[in-house]
Parts: sequence; structure tokens; C-alpha cells
Amino acid sequence: MKRGLKTLLLFGLAFFVWAPLWMMVTGSFMGKDEIYEFVGPVLEQREGMAGWSLLPKYPTLRAYIELLIDSPKFFAMFWNTCYQVAPILIGQICIAVPAAWAFARYRFKGKKALFLLYITLMVLPFQVTMVSSYLVLLKLDIIDTHLSIILPNIFSAFPVFILTKFFRVIPESLLEAARLDGASEGYIFLSLGVPMGAPGIFSVVILGFIEYWNSIEQPLTFLAKRKDLWPLSLYLQGITTDRTSVAFVASAVMLAPALLLFLGGQKYLEQGIAASGIKG
Amino acid sequence: MKYKNMNYTKKLNKIRKKSSGMRRKEERAAWLFLLPSITGIFLFVLLPFADVIRRAMFDSMGKNFLGLDNFKLVLKNEAFRLAMGNTIRFLATCLPLLLLVSLIMAFLLYSQKKYAEFFKTSFLLPMAIPVASVVLLWKLLFHKSGLLNILFLTLGKPKIDFMNTRSAFVILIISYIWKNAGYNMILWLTGLNGIDISLYEAAGVDGAGTFSKFRYITLPQLIPTISMLCILSFVNSFKVFREAYLISGDYPHKSIYLLQHLFNNWFTNLDMQKMCAGAVICVVFCLVLILLFRKIDREV
Repeated sequence: MKRGLKTLLLFGLAFFVWAPLWMMVTGSFMGKDEIYEFVGPVLEQREGMAGWSLLPKYPTLRAYIELLIDSPKFFAMFWNTCYQVAPILIGQICIAVPAAWAFARYRFKGKKALFLLYITLMVLPFQVTMVSSYLVLLKLDIIDTHLSIILPNIFSAFPVFILTKFFRVIPESLLEAARLDGASEGYIFLSLGVPMGAPGIFSVVILGFIEYWNSIEQPLTFLAKRKDLWPLSLYLQGITTDRTSVAFVASAVMLAPALLLFLGGQKYLEQGIAASGIKG
Repeated sequence: MKYKNMNYTKKLNKIRKKSSGMRRKEERAAWLFLLPSITGIFLFVLLPFADVIRRAMFDSMGKNFLGLDNFKLVLKNEAFRLAMGNTIRFLATCLPLLLLVSLIMAFLLYSQKKYAEFFKTSFLLPMAIPVASVVLLWKLLFHKSGLLNILFLTLGKPKIDFMNTRSAFVILIISYIWKNAGYNMILWLTGLNGIDISLYEAAGVDGAGTFSKFRYITLPQLIPTISMLCILSFVNSFKVFREAYLISGDYPHKSIYLLQHLFNNWFTNLDMQKMCAGAVICVVFCLVLILLFRKIDREV
């Protein structure tokens, strides 16, 4: 009985997740008139109240076609997102993996203080470091280019933090054995550390993807004059209100890659979250 | 005897020398691995931040030393006070609430066997749903003519314009919890799973009830999890700006005008002086917070 109540409660909580998701997906299959009837009062100043139905009355792909064929701006912004997210993730891996390896596997002077610095940097919100980033980007003359989004993020402290936790659990005896065989530190890192830390790398990539797929603050400030370089996350902002049905499709299309990656990599995502909470 | 002793010290010295050589090798390897990251952080964060501190203490031309005048100006600034107050109020409300909600969820899921994976996926999903996708729904739900108000109308209550009244603050908290509860739940679960079950069994034998088991076993064992949870929730809390911005733009209702909005607007107006002084103040604030956490938990 008690167990049944608990399960019921959990289903109740899950409802708050699946209901909005369901609305997003069904909304994208609704026709223009249907959407207008439901959402008009909210987005287009129509009289009356908003509404919703469980299923679209006449499911249609119209809005999808309109978005995917007739919206060049959408595609431009989609590619902008790709040009920004992919280099950030690749760069982060190249920089953070060795750094985390050093923190996890070596003793050196100032390690504790340095790690504290990384944690502090991890905690600082973007707005606080915005000015200093802006000053550098200005000096480098890359404001209003893709690079202004990419470069500062590559050196993010968060992946270093997570990866350090993953690298720490590799047993030292394995590395000692390799050292006795005369393996160099670089070789040990590449042939033992990287493969064994692979789950950590995956989880950093997934957490990073979620983060940068949603980036709003940075493009807003560092690409202020080049709206043509804006990522997809800012697309809905510029959408005109008479294209409400397209707005629903756009949010569904934005959702798709994030959702796929999430479902495919949930295991690593969970490990990543769990690792960030592990002590030491 | 003497000879033997000498031999021993010799050996010891040899070992010491060797190990100090290894230490040096280890240090060198470590710094080599760290080099790219540290160089980047130095160039993109530390060096420019030193410049920010310098700018914060000079006038806008960078010629006259003003000392703390800029800081005083910012601290007196009405917008800054509003934003700082709101941000602190937001943190003070949403952090404890989130910790509590996610802990309850973790407890519910802890002993759950049926559909456990389904629930985990469900609760983690919101963090993967893009902000831009959510915002449209938030508008639909919380607009003056939105879905939530239909409920209010049928209950015979007046309509509320959620995003343009004080309730905007509540909406922001709800959306923060909605998004982050799953993340924190996983962290709690990791902590819970780390507790040795035999502790509970032993306590059960001694006649401990559910509450005292929680009070004397679960809670103390979860303490190490809490500090990390707080830090990560703090990091994530600044991201509610995304929802707030996409729904209400640069100037939302006064109750949700956060530091993020303020910095954004200073940036648009190119208020360098204020931005620099404000950034320094915020960094000091964050540092104090971290040191506080370290007081609670030395290993952070």
C-alpha cells in the first residue's frame, strides 16, 4: 500500500515533465488555425483565453515544411550554433583532459591552491567575467565573430573539475606497472588515462552540449552587432508573432538533438553528475 | 656496528635522492599537462581581470586614481541595489527549496524498484530541454490569458498577469526547480547509495525508528554531499537568466530584475566603470561564499 502510494507520487511528479513535453510535440503538428485558436490570446493579442487539446485535431506537417524549407534564417542560425558548439567541445577536451590528469594523478607544489582557483572560476557566473572577457576579445579584435564565443569557453574550469574526479578513481597500481615497464608519462596518459577516463569525457561532452546549445548570454553580448551570427537559441526571440505555428516547430526542432543526445548518453550524464558530487 | 650504520644512511640518502628526482620528474610532468589550461586561464581570465580591478579604481579615461569611489558609486546605485537584493533573495529562496525538493525525490526513488529508470529519465529530462523550447510553453502557461489563469477563472479567482507582477519571482523559482531538481536528485542519490546499509540494520536491531535513523545515520552521512550540492546549485542558479530574458527581455518586472540583467544593460550602455566595479564586488562576494563553504567542508 505504502509502496503503491510512493509510485503514484512519483508518477505525479513525472507528469510535470511529460506534460509540457507532450504539449511541445503536439503543438508542432497542429495546423495554423488550430494553433491560432489556442495560442492566439497569448501571443497575438486575440480576445479570449488560451487553450490546448490532448491531440491535434488535424495533424499536419505544414509548419515543419514552412520552417525547414521557407526559413533560411533558421538554417543560418542552426549552422551558427554548430560552428560555435563543436569547436568549444573539441577545444575543451583538448585543454581540460590533460589538466585534469595533472590534478588527479600528480603531486606538485601549489596543487591545492590551484584547484581552489579552478573551483572559484567555475562558480563565477558569466556576467562577472563578462567585462574581462570583453576586454581580451577587444584586444584580440575578435568581437562579433564566432571566435568570441568559442575562445573564452574553451578554457572553462568546469570540465577540468569533473574530469579530475573521473581520473582519480583509476587505480595507481596500473600506472605504476606501466612506469616499471618504462612507459613515459605522456604514453601512460594517452594509452591508459584517456581510454579509462572515456566515460568522463563523454559526460563532459554531454553536459557541455546542453550548456552551449542553450547559450544566450554570450551571443547577446559578444555578437551584439552581428545578429546574423546568432545561434538558434535566440531564434524564437526574433520570430514574428503571426508565425506562431512555426515557433512551435522551431522549439521542437531545437529539442530534437538535445533529446537524442540525452537519451543516448543518459548513463554518462548521470555518471558525470554523480562524479561532480564525489568528494576529494 | 658503526660501519653498518653508515651504510644505512648512505642507502637512505640514495633512496632520498632518487625519490626527490622522481618528485621533480612528477612536478615537471604535472606542469606540462597543466600548461595549456593555465595559459588560457591566465590570458583569458586572470590577466584581464587584473585590468578590470585597475579600471575599477581609475576614472573612465584611466588617468586619475579614484580609489574606492567607483565602488561606492555602484553600491549606492539604485539599480545595483535592486538587482543585488533580488539576486540574494532569489538564491536564499531557491537554494534551500531545491535542496529539499530534490532530497524528497531522491528518497522516493531510493527504494523504488518498479519503473526506477523511467522516473530517473523523467526527472533528468528538463535539464536537457532547451531553454528556447521551454519559453514558448511558459508564456502559454503564465500569460494573462494563459492556461493557468483558466484554472483561476474556473475557481472563481481573478486573473493574474504572472510575468508582470510580483509572481514573476515565483515563476522563476518554479522554473529553476523544474530544471535542476533531477540534477540534484542524482547527487543526493549518489550520497544515499554511499551509505552502508548495515548501519541501518544495526540501528534497526537497536530499536531505532525511521526518524531517528534519518536523524542519526542518513543526515550526518549526507553532509559531504551537501556542500558540493550547494556549490553546483549556485552555479546553475545564475542560468535562470536565460528563461527570464527570453520571456521578459532586458527590463522584466522589478521583482526579477537580477544582477544578470543589470550587467547586460550596463554592457549595452558601455558603462565600463560600473561594470568593472560591479564585477569586482561580485567576485569578492563569490570568494566569501566559497571560503564559507570551505569552513563547513574543508575539502571543497
